[in-house]
Amino acid sequence: MNYIDSGLKVVGTRPVRPDGVDKVTGRAMYSADTRVAGMLWAKILRSPHPHAKIVKIDTSKAKALPGVKAVVTGADFPDIPNEEAFVGEGPMNFRDLARNVMARDKALYEGHAVAAVAAITAEVAEQALALIDVTYDVLPHVIDVEAAMADNAPVLHEDMFTVGVEPKPTKPSNIAKVIKFKKGDIDAGFKDAEVIVGGRYTTQPVHQAYIEPHACLAQANADGQVTIWASSQGHFMIRAYTAKLLGMEMANIRVNPAEIGGGFGGKTLIYIEPVAVRLSQMSGKPVKIQMTREEVFRGTGPTSGAVVEVKLGAKRDGTIVAAQQVLKFQAGAFQGSPVGPGAMCGFALYDIPNIDVLGYDVVSNRPKVAAYRAPGAPITSFGVESALDELSTKLRMDPLALRQKNAAKNGTKTHYGPTHANIGFEQVLAVAAEHPHWKAPLKPGHGRGLACGFWFNIGGESTATVHVNEDGSVTIATGSPDIGGSRASMAMMVAEVLGVDVARVRATVADTASIGFTHLTGGSRVTFATGMAATQAAERVVDELKKRAAMIWEISPDAVEWKDGQAVPAGTNAGAFEPLDLAAIALRAARTGGPINAEISVNAQGAGAGFGAHICDVSVDKETGHVTIERYTAIQDVGKAIHPSYVEGQIQGGAAQGIGWALNEEYIYNDKGQMENPGFLDYRCPVASDLPMIEAVLVEVPNPRHPFGVRGVGEVPIIPPMAAIANAIRAATDVRVPDLPMSPPRVRAAIDKA
Amino acid sequence: MAKQYVSTTINGESAEYLCETQQTMLDVLRDVVGLTGAKEGCASGDCGACSILVDGRLVCSCLMLGVEAEGKSITTIEGIAEGDKLHPIQQKFLEHAALQCGFCTPGLIVAAKALLDENPNPTETEARYWLAGNLCRCTGYDKVIRAVMDAAAVMRGEAA
Repeated sequence: MNYIDSGLKVVGTRPVRPDGVDKVTGRAMYSADTRVAGMLWAKILRSPHPHAKIVKIDTSKAKALPGVKAVVTGADFPDIPNEEAFVGEGPMNFRDLARNVMARDKALYEGHAVAAVAAITAEVAEQALALIDVTYDVLPHVIDVEAAMADNAPVLHEDMFTVGVEPKPTKPSNIAKVIKFKKGDIDAGFKDAEVIVGGRYTTQPVHQAYIEPHACLAQANADGQVTIWASSQGHFMIRAYTAKLLGMEMANIRVNPAEIGGGFGGKTLIYIEPVAVRLSQMSGKPVKIQMTREEVFRGTGPTSGAVVEVKLGAKRDGTIVAAQQVLKFQAGAFQGSPVGPGAMCGFALYDIPNIDVLGYDVVSNRPKVAAYRAPGAPITSFGVESALDELSTKLRMDPLALRQKNAAKNGTKTHYGPTHANIGFEQVLAVAAEHPHWKAPLKPGHGRGLACGFWFNIGGESTATVHVNEDGSVTIATGSPDIGGSRASMAMMVAEVLGVDVARVRATVADTASIGFTHLTGGSRVTFATGMAATQAAERVVDELKKRAAMIWEISPDAVEWKDGQAVPAGTNAGAFEPLDLAAIALRAARTGGPINAEISVNAQGAGAGFGAHICDVSVDKETGHVTIERYTAIQDVGKAIHPSYVEGQIQGGAAQGIGWALNEEYIYNDKGQMENPGFLDYRCPVASDLPMIEAVLVEVPNPRHPFGVRGVGEVPIIPPMAAIANAIRAATDVRVPDLPMSPPRVRAAIDKA
Repeated sequence: MAKQYVSTTINGESAEYLCETQQTMLDVLRDVVGLTGAKEGCASGDCGACSILVDGRLVCSCLMLGVEAEGKSITTIEGIAEGDKLHPIQQKFLEHAALQCGFCTPGLIVAAKALLDENPNPTETEARYWLAGNLCRCTGYDKVIRAVMDAAAVMRGEAA
């Protein structure tokens, strides 16, 4: 059923979230908060070298330290064959994942795990780490993406030959993969162009910087059964990956989802769970691992840093006729950068006849990258949206009008294959054009920038259950970790279908043994896909409630209607009966067939793509190069906002992360290949005093493939900020800053150079 | 090394514990006392997730030793509500949806309480600078600041 125009009572309101009180009183249990009696604490030894052969690891002294109960190295884990699976938002090679969790023959980045100790206290485990003697044969290393692509670069993987080039290379390379997308005839397009702009843009790796460091607790029993408590974006993901890496059956692993303290894509893979399980198996005791912030920075994945070359050709009237891009994405120590989506997203916003994109996935001696909010898209769009600004300047055309002239619409065929359907980019731009911020006169010294973003959004596999309790209250469960308010949106959709007050619907996240498979929380899929499962489960419960009422009234189920939370006779012909609400039907459940509930599993298709446009005013201190965000407005097609406050929150939070990416955040390496800023003092995330209010404008172009019109919202808002700010700086100073972050020294240097 | 005996007050109740002399107040609260509301986000005083009040003063509990609590009065997030009555800051965080993952929320609420105890009528800029020691990666601070300003108005008796 479709509820989009059905006079919604719950959806679109702003109730307090079901898990709210736990989270404002300190009661919510995050991963690090779990404790069991007799548990050990484990610590991980990490390589100080960015690239080194591991010649020998002597753990005898560590094992002899009183209080140490188990020590593991790579040799204690199965050697996983080289095979690739598509999971989450990208490909996953389990051999790479295994070797990222614990190095085997080589350490590939500073911070790569090489051994772990479980002991009676964290202090003893820490002391034991110092007693592990690792003999390294230090190798030359490479950090920069273009240096890693050079012919003479130190090679990370002797068995890596570039995929996607003919003939197949005979020499190993750090270029894991080359990808190409072509549409039309790029040479003819540029020949036809009257104005051509080009630029080379660079971005730095940035960390998701979730405030909760990775943590888990694992208990292995003598019968082979394992229980894990962990926070992640997918407890089924933890189960699958841990089973794979340890050669176990999934049924022998039960993962309990702790509350998650932020992920943003960074908790879509595992680092510590197999280590904790292995240490628990060897010691016979529960084992807890809790990363320090420094470990999070050195040992877990940021998103790629990249080089983005863009060339655009247009007619004098602003019609873009040719667009070309070369993307060099660093993947970290193992292949798998988001260069694929990067190659798709930059030009997906525009209807351009001739497109050519070339992308490189490049390994170097840095932590393996992980997903980060719209993986790849912010990087590619920083280049494209900056170049579009150059084009509008050159054409003397309003940047918004230039985008409106070229905007993708329903029926536009993308350069990577699919044809856009049910998109709302034109509506977003129309709202931007009329927004008071866009029309407001600029204050002296300020500059205004505009940039846009596109993300596919995904659907996929989800399970939800709806239970009508004995008293007529309702509990629901899903397999989706609640990373930012999804319990609220699930409860609201179910309450809407059942026609009851949302406070009568309580939502939980069930563990891997208690609900059907659910793909991880990522790709902006939960409210869409898990929401679809929850809606359908509620509909099945309504069908059941109608059947029960029909039995009570001894009429045909077709003669019963569900209205405002009650069964009523469908018409005068059906008979005259007093309405039966949930409580009344639940009271008679035993006599009419037993408990009333439904579990629905879906593989949701038809996720609606999302588009956003951000407007940003900045001022620039020309003496220091410091950029102040003076005003910020983010406009986005959200399909339908189930709980508008949390949709706004996604947009505001995504924009803030993008502002950090734009202005401050970067990894600083010394010449030894070691990260020099692995803490929040020197890796500078935005704080409250760095930002203004961020106005989130919700444009609702319903997605017809979802019962409430939902489309994903979490990823689009991180895409436009970098270019919006660069374009605003350009407007304020006449200087283009093509390199991120646009930190004070870099902005000052760009001004000095101009 | 021998553990040290500490006698203190936590959330209005007298409390005693034994702790290692090098143990931080954060570790003592979480691992000895069993109050896990204060979170470790960095253990270096940069993120504010472990914020507590010591004799009313805002402190990162990861930068304080457990033995330093001797004779002091400690307030943690678990002590902000009065029984089952939420503090206005907590209530406004819920109403404004000023949390997403909720991990930084205990620290933000404790820090906001310290602000409003000292300055009942802060400007938005004052609130932003006071809370600059509390990192939140989810919200972009917009709804957090609105919640704090609204709570301040409630506490002044100017709003409901």
